Amino acid sequence: MCTVCGCGPGETRIEGHAHEHEHEHEHDHEHEHIGPDGTVTRHTHHRHHGHSHNHDIQPSRLIKVEQDILAKNDRFAAVNRQLFAASNTLTLNLMSSPGSGKTTLLVRTLTDLRETRPMAVIEGDQQTSFDAERIRATGVPAIQVNTGKGCHLDAQMVIQALGVQPTPRDGVLFIENVGNLVCPAGFDLGESKRVVVISVTEGEDKPLKYPDMFATADLMIINKIDLLPHLSFDLPRLIEGARQVKPGLEVIELSSTTGAGLDRWYEWLGAHQPSSPSVTA
Amino acid sequence: MHEMSLCQGILDIIEERAAVDRFSRVTKVRLSIGALSHVDPKAIGFGFDVVTRDTVADGAVLEIDQPPGQAFCMACSSTVTIPTRGQPCPSCGSHQLMVVGGDELRVDELEVS
Repeated sequence: MCTVCGCGPGETRIEGHAHEHEHEHEHDHEHEHIGPDGTVTRHTHHRHHGHSHNHDIQPSRLIKVEQDILAKNDRFAAVNRQLFAASNTLTLNLMSSPGSGKTTLLVRTLTDLRETRPMAVIEGDQQTSFDAERIRATGVPAIQVNTGKGCHLDAQMVIQALGVQPTPRDGVLFIENVGNLVCPAGFDLGESKRVVVISVTEGEDKPLKYPDMFATADLMIINKIDLLPHLSFDLPRLIEGARQVKPGLEVIELSSTTGAGLDRWYEWLGAHQPSSPSVTA
Repeated sequence: MHEMSLCQGILDIIEERAAVDRFSRVTKVRLSIGALSHVDPKAIGFGFDVVTRDTVADGAVLEIDQPPGQAFCMACSSTVTIPTRGQPCPSCGSHQLMVVGGDELRVDELEVS
């Protein structure tokens, strides 16, 4: 119905409607004029007329949508996942706060494993290509994605990066997300596994403070364990908190600097490498 | 502030529907943002106003439904309501919970003209 005058056909129309019709109006009004000489004339107009007019106001209607807000991202993620599967690539989405040592861990890992399998890195940061340069210094290809004001990588950015730097067939693609324990959790990149890195210089209650990140992780790497003697860090509490959020979460404690625990990390990588040969047409 | 990208996602959905369902103005948008989703409804409200400026949804009222968090407790084999992730089962205290609801992030309905 017309929201102005209440008239209308009582049916919804997809195309915006404009209707033309007759309304009867009565306009009676009494008013006075004051002339230039100060005389006051009071009189009443009686008007009774019909006129037609157009309404541009359209009726409102409800549209059922029932659509996931992340549907667009998820479509790109699905394409990425197919690309990774087709090239037998283990793709890891590495997430953490800034300063947990993700890049140092990557540099160490790439240096140790570069002879054993093809690897590549997608580096996400708001600005600069410092991290990609650090990675490329190891001889492993890396591409920097600058998100500008963005606080996370999304699946479309990854597919764009893959257009420039193809997936490492039968190898490992590391995607180093923007340092942020909140936003990256919500965006599927098409990865095989999610790895959250936390260092012992951070608070042990982070899993409970930032549960979304830990709830979606497949592996938690606790980095910088060489510093434990100098800190009052409650390691069991960290692990307990993380497993409250994600029961059964795998945990690896390591130090990228001393190399302690890296063997377990490398075993984990080996265990998750897709083994079936890719099908080629 | 990933809510901004989510607001862009909401606008994308609205604009896709505007082309299909042929409307030129959105007066109300109904969303479901579960208690266990990674989203702050207030930030969505702010981002939505910014993102929709000069679009079909400019000035649209945002109505946000917040379904409670639902989890299946493996210890007591029942579905329970939890306020946030990391909270124990309110019946038995176990943390062996699997989230089964309240993590949705969805555009439910549009009121358009």
